[in-house]
Amino acid sequence: MQRQVALIKQSLFDQGYLDEQFMELEELQDDANPNFVEEVATLYFKDSARLINNIEQALERGSFDFNRLDNYMHQFKGSSTSIGASKVKTECTMFREYCRAGNAEGCLRTFKQLKKEHATLRKKLEQYFQLARQAGPKEIARRPK
Amino acid sequence: MMNPSQGRGLGSGGGTSSCRKQGGEAVVEMFPSGLRVLVVDDDPTCLMILERMLRTCLYEVTKCNRAEMALSLLRKNKHGFDIVISDVHMPDMDGFKLLEHVGLEMDLPVIMMSADDSKSVVLKGVTHGAVDYLIKPVRMEALKNIWQHVVRKRRSEWSVPEHSGSIEESGQQQQQQQRGGPGVSGGEDAVDDNASSVNNEGNNNNWRSSSNNSRKRKEEEGEEQGDEDASNLKKPRVVWSVELHQQFVAAVNQLGVEKAVPKKILELMNVAGLTRENVASHLQKYRIYLRRLGGVSQHQGNLNNSFMTGQDASFGPLSSLNGFDLQALAVAGQLPAQSLAQLQAAGLGRPTAAMVSKSGLPVSSVVDERSIFSFDNSKPRFGDGIIGHHHQTQHQPQMNLLHGVPTGMEPRQLAGLQQLPVGNNNRMSIQQQIAAVRAGHSVQNNSGMMMMPQQQPFPRGPSIIRQPMLQNRITERSGFSGRSSVVPESSSRVLPTSYTNLRTQQQHSSTSVAFSNFQQELPVNSFPLASAPGLAQIRKPHSSSSSSYQEEVNSSEPGFTTTPSYDMFSTNNRHNDWDLRSIAFDAHQDAESIAFSNSEAFSSSSMSRNNNNTTVAAATDLVRSQQQTPTGMVTHHQVYGSGGGSSVRVKSERVAADTAAMTFQEQYSNQEDLMSALLKQEGVAPVVVDTEFDFDAYSIDDIPV
Repeated sequence: MQRQVALIKQSLFDQGYLDEQFMELEELQDDANPNFVEEVATLYFKDSARLINNIEQALERGSFDFNRLDNYMHQFKGSSTSIGASKVKTECTMFREYCRAGNAEGCLRTFKQLKKEHATLRKKLEQYFQLARQAGPKEIARRPK
Repeated sequence: MMNPSQGRGLGSGGGTSSCRKQGGEAVVEMFPSGLRVLVVDDDPTCLMILERMLRTCLYEVTKCNRAEMALSLLRKNKHGFDIVISDVHMPDMDGFKLLEHVGLEMDLPVIMMSADDSKSVVLKGVTHGAVDYLIKPVRMEALKNIWQHVVRKRRSEWSVPEHSGSIEESGQQQQQQQRGGPGVSGGEDAVDDNASSVNNEGNNNNWRSSSNNSRKRKEEEGEEQGDEDASNLKKPRVVWSVELHQQFVAAVNQLGVEKAVPKKILELMNVAGLTRENVASHLQKYRIYLRRLGGVSQHQGNLNNSFMTGQDASFGPLSSLNGFDLQALAVAGQLPAQSLAQLQAAGLGRPTAAMVSKSGLPVSSVVDERSIFSFDNSKPRFGDGIIGHHHQTQHQPQMNLLHGVPTGMEPRQLAGLQQLPVGNNNRMSIQQQIAAVRAGHSVQNNSGMMMMPQQQPFPRGPSIIRQPMLQNRITERSGFSGRSSVVPESSSRVLPTSYTNLRTQQQHSSTSVAFSNFQQELPVNSFPLASAPGLAQIRKPHSSSSSSYQEEVNSSEPGFTTTPSYDMFSTNNRHNDWDLRSIAFDAHQDAESIAFSNSEAFSSSSMSRNNNNTTVAAATDLVRSQQQTPTGMVTHHQVYGSGGGSSVRVKSERVAADTAAMTFQEQYSNQEDLMSALLKQEGVAPVVVDTEFDFDAYSIDDIPV
């Protein structure tokens, strides 16, 4: 079981969904805070869902307020990097580029991609955490080798 | 001693048993663990992660997701934190603004962080005084070492004049500075210069190296060194008294804000026991303040002075502080929005219209006021215009004397104002801001004066103007003279000076002219802040116009020897203002410190300085005013002015002309009083002349941040 968990985690890294920052978070987890990473991830997804909504609304309005969009995305990028959501972060960066270039279509496209990545990551992480909980807390704290 | 090498800050409590006193609290900690960190970030994910990381470093963490909340936390608990970490992009307040506030008010090291790593933003962090800039995602290693900033700051603040040498390095530094600084006497210039420069550099190096050394020592040598450093941390800070600040501002102005370097400033100031580091850190803050007031142009630095310029030299130092205080007070929310608005309106003279409309102040009047402030003599009656609007007759002593003291809005407004295309530049902005704050507050021309926070809305635009004046101080100086002419006309002492806080009250149109110029100069708007508290205490109802107020203010301020001839004010009913002023005066000292924290203060000092200059003529007035000041407000003035010779100047300011000059000075002092008064009104208890720039005295509960 634990091995399974480790494998899943490893794959997440390998596939680029997560980066070293995630590892940092894991190191913060200890006996006193056994579910730290999961808590953070939960918080992240909750908050980022809100951000995504905001961005969505802003985009739907049609009047591309690039400044505002950029602001939203900046926030989004900030949280994503903090938990190590690598792919999501990449999409964020791209989105911001399009914003700066005033490229509405690029923004829309990227945003779609971003949502996809975000959803994927969420699923994967949920899966991972579930398994990890089942396997036992200790495993989670281990750095994937 | 803390051993950085200990894992992630875990380590047996840093291994040091040294006690570190935190602002008076006896906090026994094993440095660096127990370091009290305040984290501000609107992103909950980041906040959570940071908190966890910091806890792992054995720091004491308080998290906050809103800048306003963080500020109020900090204000409530002045010495409750050692360091602040803040995000750059936050919805309710710009991280840099928070940074400035913290730096000025609490003088704590602030670390900025952001996912944004563009050079411009990082540079902004540096220029705004952040001690460090972290790029997200923040890693543990970065957080582990933040304690170094706390130590560094403490060391640089040790302003032990007598090189007590408690710390070898600091001792050396100080000595060197002493030698190199004011000392360059005797010997050939070249030699001396070399020596000083060498010393300065040496000092720098020393300081730097000592920091490094101390750190290294801590790392390598362990307890012993650690203890030494730890004990060093307890060194007293330099207290920037009004006088000192005045000297400082004078020196800076002499050198030119752009070119002012700590070493030269130190030399000019020629104050024993002052280290280059002290001056450097003070200069940094001053620059921030100037920047805030004047927007971009460094020139604004002059403006700061201009703020105080109204005040002429004498006021200069004081006014700057006052202005500063006022601002501070204002910010603290002490100042009634109105006064602020008025002040701004008055001061801004320029697009006051915009402001006015916002604040409900008569645009035209404001504009007039502003113009006055802007020192363009073209505006004949600036006061009139403004005052007129304000329903109040010229005598609106209440003019926002305290506009300097804009309540909380000030800083915000200031920021906004700065955008305003103020002719006077900063002045206006401040004024406008004040005006804005004081929405609806009839900004009387006088608003320039400090807005008596509690008092009547100071329509005094001038007070607001004052603030901008600070900035324009230097330039304005000349303008003042022009203004004064203008002012007198306005019955209301609209003292163009933003400083008007005190002055504006004067509604004396007659004297105001001279004074108005002055007042405008009084960038000390912030001063009002300071004075407000003082004023609050004193609040003596002055039947007479502003002058009386001033007098009051003066009197209330024990320290203020200035006896502004409140002749000018006499007619104004600025009692309120005066009250504030007097109160402010009391708080003068505090105000000064506060003012200092407020960027405004800077301007006010400059203004006051200007005032001083102009007031020379008014010397007689001063004397007169002194006598006249029934309440003894006058005295305060002096105090303010006297940072040293300023008091004298204040007197001269009392020009018969009208007291414009005086008012200015008075205003200045008044402003301080006003500020204190304001503060008081707001419930802030001005600290007794605590020149340290920490607003302990002011309970900032009401400060609308």
